[in-house]
Amino acid sequence: MSMQATDQTTQLRGDIRQHANRRSFIVVALLSAMVLALFVLSLSCGRGCIAPPDVIAALFGSEASGASFVVNDLRLPRALLSILAGLSFGLGGVAFQVMLRNPLASPDIIGISSSAGAAAVFAIVILSFDGWLVSVVAVVSGLLVATVIWGLSSSRGAAGARLILIGIGVSAMLDSVTAYVLLEAPAWDRAEALRWLTGSVNGAQLPNVIPVLAALVVFGGLLLTSARDLDILRLGDDAARALGVRADATRLRVTLAAVGLVAFATSAAGPIAFVAFLSGPIAARLLGGSRGILAAAALVGAVLVLAGDFTGQFLLPTRLPVGVVTGAVGAPFLLYLIVRTNRNGGTL
Amino acid sequence: MKKVFQHKTFRIFGFVALTLFTVGLSLAVGTRSVPWHEIWAGLNGRIDSIGAAAVAVRMPRTLLAVLAGGALGIAGAVMQGITRNPLADPGILGVNAGAALFVVIGIAWFDISGATTFLWLGVAGAGSAAVFVYAIGSTGQGGATPLKLTLAGTATSIAASAFIIAVVLPRNDIAGSIQSWQVGGIGGARFDTILPAFPFFIVGLLLSLASARVLNALALGEELAAGLGQNVATGRAMAAAGAIILCGTATALCGPIGFVGLVVPHMCRMIAGIDYRILLPLSAFGGATLLGLADVLGRIIARPNELDVGIVTAFVGAPFFIWTVRRQRMRGL
Repeated sequence: MSMQATDQTTQLRGDIRQHANRRSFIVVALLSAMVLALFVLSLSCGRGCIAPPDVIAALFGSEASGASFVVNDLRLPRALLSILAGLSFGLGGVAFQVMLRNPLASPDIIGISSSAGAAAVFAIVILSFDGWLVSVVAVVSGLLVATVIWGLSSSRGAAGARLILIGIGVSAMLDSVTAYVLLEAPAWDRAEALRWLTGSVNGAQLPNVIPVLAALVVFGGLLLTSARDLDILRLGDDAARALGVRADATRLRVTLAAVGLVAFATSAAGPIAFVAFLSGPIAARLLGGSRGILAAAALVGAVLVLAGDFTGQFLLPTRLPVGVVTGAVGAPFLLYLIVRTNRNGGTL
Repeated sequence: MKKVFQHKTFRIFGFVALTLFTVGLSLAVGTRSVPWHEIWAGLNGRIDSIGAAAVAVRMPRTLLAVLAGGALGIAGAVMQGITRNPLADPGILGVNAGAALFVVIGIAWFDISGATTFLWLGVAGAGSAAVFVYAIGSTGQGGATPLKLTLAGTATSIAASAFIIAVVLPRNDIAGSIQSWQVGGIGGARFDTILPAFPFFIVGLLLSLASARVLNALALGEELAAGLGQNVATGRAMAAAGAIILCGTATALCGPIGFVGLVVPHMCRMIAGIDYRILLPLSAFGGATLLGLADVLGRIIARPNELDVGIVTAFVGAPFFIWTVRRQRMRGL
């Protein structure tokens, strides 16, 4: 009798696991398909549309009538940067959210993105750095600010109200640094600066894209190898230690990886508003508790940036940078998250 | 008891004297430092020396710093009183951003000119944002906690600035002026734009001062305030209207300036205690002093250029915000 019950439980458990696995597989597959579709769309459609066969021909080097320049030099870098920045922001954002066990603790709310942005602007305008150096400065400053925020809020593990509020304060300060540097810069076109500040993939070129790709491979890989430990860390430090996971080392690794991802993407595309914040919660809703949150969030980030950029370019009466679109979508979502968690009585 | 009172009075007068000193400093210091006798000449309307002419230019911006700083200081104190939230500030709660959004839309879409219209727009925007943020922030259990209000304010600010950029970007002709206005600057002040704001400041000031008693009672808790015979709802509405008029007007004149309304009331509480009848007027002086000093600092640091005052206040205010957060024992998120 009890044997049978155990069997049934085991089978039920297996069913649930299988079901969950299937769901995460479907979600990831669907998101990948969406990314691919949006990628093709942004390569073929623009001011004028180019048929997909011509796009492919142009990509593989054959001279299609006038399509080569448009596809290879204008649209391809832009679409690639959109995907890479989206993946990086999504992955970096969800890493913070999972590690700190709080959907509000995303890098763009607690000041990590602001610090990367301020450092990048400072490096470009004042120190006249370019390329890799800018990204390195952004990463270092992102790590510094993360350390400062962690230290000031004396928080280990879950992020409380204090960490988030301190992060908001820090990002207000860093944003004013950015505003100051941009206002001071004599040769800097103000409208261009404004565009950069909200995040834009406009005018992307292949050399800008390569550092982001490299960062995604290195830091994304670091993050994915820590995924299991990160998962276990959610049970709390003591449980994690019992399961043989070193909590502090894992947190250090995850912080380094997430800051690296966000900083490289920021120095190439600007702090695209709210992508890091939105991707995790959206992915979590899609998965409904199944595994694979990191991959799903990264893909959601790519979808957001691609779709946001396409919307900003062609679907609105005026051309707008992607950050304005994601900002306009993200702010109501943040408000919704506040209201919803209040209703449920859950902690924010 | 009497000794304590004298002591406090002394400190209050010291504070007022500091404000006057700031005014003097703001007239004297800048890209060009002007000796005092030339300041006097400039104040009397003579502009025969370069120094006196510089003072004549600095007069309106000093006046604006005093007015806007005072307004933001009082508005911050009132908001902290109404929400019983030590982190309340017109900047953090998104009220200034709301005012800015309305003003920018007015400039860009409706070709509005005329100083008074800007002021009405600013007040309307501040009011809408305040009501919205408070409505969002006070849903659910625990009422309007600091975290919820701050987050709702942040989200509103971000949404407002996204819209501002969406409005401004296609219009290169106004982008430059709006961006420097958006950082918060008082450098371009002129008497003819400041004068129409006086009625607004006076009405806001009177409303706020009149609600000092209600704020005192509210500090004891809502039930107790009602028990003391205060009409809590009316008092709150009146105080909020005063604060909104003050910070809407200040924002319409000089762009969103953050953190003055946060820092000043806390400083004044340390000096003069928690009685809002003293705290509110003192916050006006404190705000005027802080904004005036920030403006002077901004002129000195980046010579011969100027640092917009909003940047300076953020630099002073954000560490203070963090300090307040750390000092607070965060009650349930």
